[in-house]
Amino acid sequence: MSQDSHSSSKPFYRYFFSTDHKVIGLLYTITALFFLLCGFMLMLVMRWQLAFPGSPIPFLGRILSPNLAPNGVMTPDFYNALGAMHGTIMVFLGIVPLGVGGFGNYVLPLQIGAEDMAFPRLNLASYWFFLLGGLLMLSSFIMPGGAAQSGWTSYPPLAIINPGQTVWLFAMVMLITSSLLGAVNFLVTSFNMRAMGMKLSRLPIFVWAQIVTAFLLLLAFPPLEAASVLQLMDRIAHTSFYLPQGLVILGMRHIASGGGQPLLWQHLFWFLAHPEVYVLLLPAMGIVSEILANNTRKPLHGYNVIVGSMISIGILAFVVWAHHMFISGMSAVLSDFFLVTTMIISVPSVAILTSFVFSLRGGSIRFTTPMLFALAFLPMFGIGGLTGLPLGLTVTDIYLHDTYYIIGHFHYIVVPGSLLALMGGVYYWFPKWFGRKMNDTLGKWHFWTSLICMNGVFFPMFIQGLAGQDRRYYDPMAALHSVPTQPLHVVSSVFAGLLFLSQIPFIYNFFYSIRHGEKTDDNPWQATTLDWACPSPPPHGNFTKPIHVYHGPYEYSPVGHKADWIPQNEEILA
Amino acid sequence: MKQYGWGLPLAASSYAGSIDFGIYLIHAVMILIFVIWGVFFTYLLIKYRKKTGVSAERDETHGVFKSLIPDLIVMVFEIVLIAVYAIPVWSKIKIDTPASGNVNTVAIEAQQWSWNIHYPGPDGKFGKTESKYVHFSNPIGLDYNDPAAKDDIVIANELHLPVNEPTVIELTSMDVIHSLFIPEFRLKQDAVPGMKIPVWVKPTKIGTFEISCAQLCGMAHSFMRGKVVVQSRADYDAWLKSHEPQAAQPVSASEAF
Ligand code: HEM
Ligand SMILES: [Cu+2]
Ligand SMILES: [Cu+2]
Repeated sequence: MSQDSHSSSKPFYRYFFSTDHKVIGLLYTITALFFLLCGFMLMLVMRWQLAFPGSPIPFLGRILSPNLAPNGVMTPDFYNALGAMHGTIMVFLGIVPLGVGGFGNYVLPLQIGAEDMAFPRLNLASYWFFLLGGLLMLSSFIMPGGAAQSGWTSYPPLAIINPGQTVWLFAMVMLITSSLLGAVNFLVTSFNMRAMGMKLSRLPIFVWAQIVTAFLLLLAFPPLEAASVLQLMDRIAHTSFYLPQGLVILGMRHIASGGGQPLLWQHLFWFLAHPEVYVLLLPAMGIVSEILANNTRKPLHGYNVIVGSMISIGILAFVVWAHHMFISGMSAVLSDFFLVTTMIISVPSVAILTSFVFSLRGGSIRFTTPMLFALAFLPMFGIGGLTGLPLGLTVTDIYLHDTYYIIGHFHYIVVPGSLLALMGGVYYWFPKWFGRKMNDTLGKWHFWTSLICMNGVFFPMFIQGLAGQDRRYYDPMAALHSVPTQPLHVVSSVFAGLLFLSQIPFIYNFFYSIRHGEKTDDNPWQATTLDWACPSPPPHGNFTKPIHVYHGPYEYSPVGHKADWIPQNEEILA
Repeated sequence: MKQYGWGLPLAASSYAGSIDFGIYLIHAVMILIFVIWGVFFTYLLIKYRKKTGVSAERDETHGVFKSLIPDLIVMVFEIVLIAVYAIPVWSKIKIDTPASGNVNTVAIEAQQWSWNIHYPGPDGKFGKTESKYVHFSNPIGLDYNDPAAKDDIVIANELHLPVNEPTVIELTSMDVIHSLFIPEFRLKQDAVPGMKIPVWVKPTKIGTFEISCAQLCGMAHSFMRGKVVVQSRADYDAWLKSHEPQAAQPVSASEAF
């Protein structure tokens, strides 16, 4: 059945309606990279306003409609729309689809020795929900009412009275549906389609990371889907799930009957959105594991610790959500509970990070391009994790909540953390995808410039946050306490511009190498896992010979063996 | 000390010191951990870089337990922080709020995009408010049929407080969620429509400070500013006296709409 769609000769059908997990994986990867670029460009426009509040935007200012930017100066509403869309696009259309839909789809079936996903057509449906949801989300900029402007968190009542939110909600429902279809598929595939001998204890960490991620998506997204439908009803059917009685909006009494609770949304939203943070992170950790083991030429230190920690993170992620709500008006006694759970969840995270670091010990470290990205993930994730401490601690969060400190914190996790690791994944699996390598010199340029610029963009935010600078401010100079640190906004914006420039070698390298990169053999990294036991690129059905697994995932540098690696499917005759 | 600069603003409330203590302590520990960790990381990268003829050694001999030592240290640090710092200080600031009425009390009704500061007047009682009475001359909808409302004072964006006395602020909102943020007091609390959330503060310095809105509340979010004037008790009383309404004019519902 998946065969016929693949043999279709028209390229459009072959690429966009293929049920082959590899084609879908690549579509996801390229689409997600495109959305990431869109989200980044929105942020560049905002960075102009933050650095030079109230001055006309160069170039763009002249073409934007006067509603959005009269005389080239953006309006507060447009700023808020850019902010909300930046957050939404980066999270739901960029990082998650790249880590799960892109890498997960391509690599997971290969690593477990499967021919395809368990439900290839569901997989295709998942991609289409994602693509259409994403395009709908982007198109909201040109719809009447414009794009959503209530932040990616969309707190009611603001989200219910603000324009643009209806399209956001429709698009979110589609994106959530896409993720749910994907999650079911990943779980069934990982548990039922493994090759002979691929015991759970022989799964590569990447697969474990995807399994935990799929559980998180499957269990956390349904409440948000329901919550989004309720918010949609509040907007279009005048229900009031989230609206209390007696609202007066800009002097007008609001017609809703009332009786609702604004905090209900926050609970439902963060019940998804905290696990979502780990959805952004775990696939990246999975990639880092693969690259580290391969380039240290030794087994990962503490396989069981890493897997156990990932599973505990997966469970604990469901009981920490209200650390985003310490000052929301929720019972202050409840905060103590979430304080404790939050501190507990930091323990497995530290365990993973230490296992990664100890994995270096005794290694024979090859500084390949993917390895640089994986190595940089460690200290960057370290900064992101450490700065989570004062935010998770109720008392210090009183002051730091909703300041730039928190923006710095989660961007460190997600940008020089996850995104850098995901980029490393592109360099690592590129030879698998296309049978060619990306250029190393350009890759190293891309790495160093990106790493420096990312720190230049986000480090200043900690200092601004400590000075009290509020987030989501159209005019950062409006607050007296933010004026002294305003020059840091300029620094941050300059680095954001440079960060944009440093992506050009990457984009060029990517497309150039598809056709002209140096040709590689099937296993250029001399890796042990099954994704390298099939041709590069793999044919339809993936493996050319039956696969039987005999070893754990990282049999590097075995004693008394002539090569320094043993593929998982290689039987050693004593 | 400068009021604002690079770093934490001036500390001007009784609990600001305890919050700052936590922020400084955690940052010191964070930097320490990061530096030690970074040195170790760099050392590993240099020592174990690829050398021809030397193959990697598998570390089956190093127990997993050893690698959990950093985790144990972090855990102990966190348990101590929670038990002796976070829980007690949090209780002091956010749970053990004095009952309103026993101490100086004001109410704040936030709206897009201003802070309506509501003082109970000499009778110490807040008048009832209702949305149907809201009018540009009666921004929070005081019900002037209620005798307690007659002496109430409502002023936009100017919060006066007596120094060295705890004040309870009853916080609510008329439209969307806002967040009352006074950096010098290290005070932050969301104002949620439909809820009345009490917060308390004991200012320790006379001066003029800033109110910021810390929760996205729409178009003019960043311009939703107010000021806090901390005065001696005598100055505060005099200020209140000078703002008492001369003769309250009741506004009826029909007039309001
Ligand atoms: C790489 C370049 C990036 C830059 C320069 C950047 C910069 C920023 C800045 C300055 C803000 C704060 C805006 C404000 O408070 O008004 C922000 C918000 C945000 N960013 Fe990014 N960001 C980047 C990448 C990402 C990525 C990859 C993600 C993926 C998860 C992300 C997720 C978010 C979210 C969720 C928000 C909050 C949006 C909201 O307030 O509703 N950002 N970003
Ligand atoms: Cu969280
Ligand atoms: Cu506000």
